[in-house]
Amino acid sequence: MNVGIEHYVVVSAILFALGLLGVILQRNLLIIYMGLELMLNAANLALVAFSRFNNNPDGQIFVFFIITVAAAEVAVGLALIVALYRKRQTVQVEDLARMKL
Amino acid sequence: MQDILFYIFASLTLVFGFFVIANPFSRNPVTSAMFLVLTIISLAGLFVLLHAFFLAVVQVLVYAGAVIVLFLFVIMLLDLKAEEQRKLRTFAVIGGVISVGAILAIFLQSLASSPLHADELPLLEGGTAQLGKLLFTQYLLPFEIVSVLLLVAMVGVVLLSGKEAK
Repeated sequence: MNVGIEHYVVVSAILFALGLLGVILQRNLLIIYMGLELMLNAANLALVAFSRFNNNPDGQIFVFFIITVAAAEVAVGLALIVALYRKRQTVQVEDLARMKL
Repeated sequence: MQDILFYIFASLTLVFGFFVIANPFSRNPVTSAMFLVLTIISLAGLFVLLHAFFLAVVQVLVYAGAVIVLFLFVIMLLDLKAEEQRKLRTFAVIGGVISVGAILAIFLQSLASSPLHADELPLLEGGTAQLGKLLFTQYLLPFEIVSVLLLVAMVGVVLLSGKEAK
C-alpha cells in the first residue's frame, strides 16, 4: 500500500499523544518541557505533510515560524526553570505546588 | 523503497519519542534529552521523505544543535542530585492514560470520518529557493516580527538569568 497523507497524520497524532502523556505523567519539569517539544514537532509533521500533499508551500512557512518561536520559547522557559531552581532547589512539580515563594 | 523508509523513520520516531517521556534506562534527564535528539533526527528523515529539504536541515540545526544543547546546559547547571525513585500514583497513571487515549481516539476517529484532500501528484519541493522567495515577499512582515520576537526573548532571558539586583 502506498504511503499517503493519512500515514503521516496518524504518526503525527500518535506523537502528539505521546508528548501529552509525558506532560501529564512526568514530574520532572525538564522532561515535561521535552514533552512540549514533542507536541510541537508533531504539529510540524502534520503541517509539512499537508503542505506536501496539497502542493501548497504555506504550510512549510508556518513550520519555519513554529521552529523559530519554539526556540525562543525554550530559551525563556529554561531561564524560568533555572530562576525557579535557585529559589526552591527542586525541579519536581509536586514540590512546586505553592505559588508563594 | 520510499514506503519502507517511511515505516522505518516513523517507527523510530515513535519509539524514541516514547523513550523520551518514559525512560527505561535511567532516571537522569540527560538520557531523555539524548532520546529527544534521536526523535528529532528521525523526524528530519520524515521531512526529507516529504521533500521538505530546507526544513529537515533547519530541524537538525535548530533542535539538535541549539535546543538540545540548551537543555543539556540547564541540566548541567541545575546539578540535580540522584533522584530517589518516586512512586507513580496508580490513580494518576490510569487517569492520564485514559484521557490521552480518549484524545487520540478522537483524533483518529475524526481522521477516519473525514476524507483528507490530497492532490494526485504531489510536486511541491521545499527547497531553499522556493521558501526563501516566499519568506521575503509574501511573508516579509511576519518574518520581521519574528526577528523582533527573538530579540525580545534574548533580552528576557538575560534579564531572568542575571543575578538578582539588590
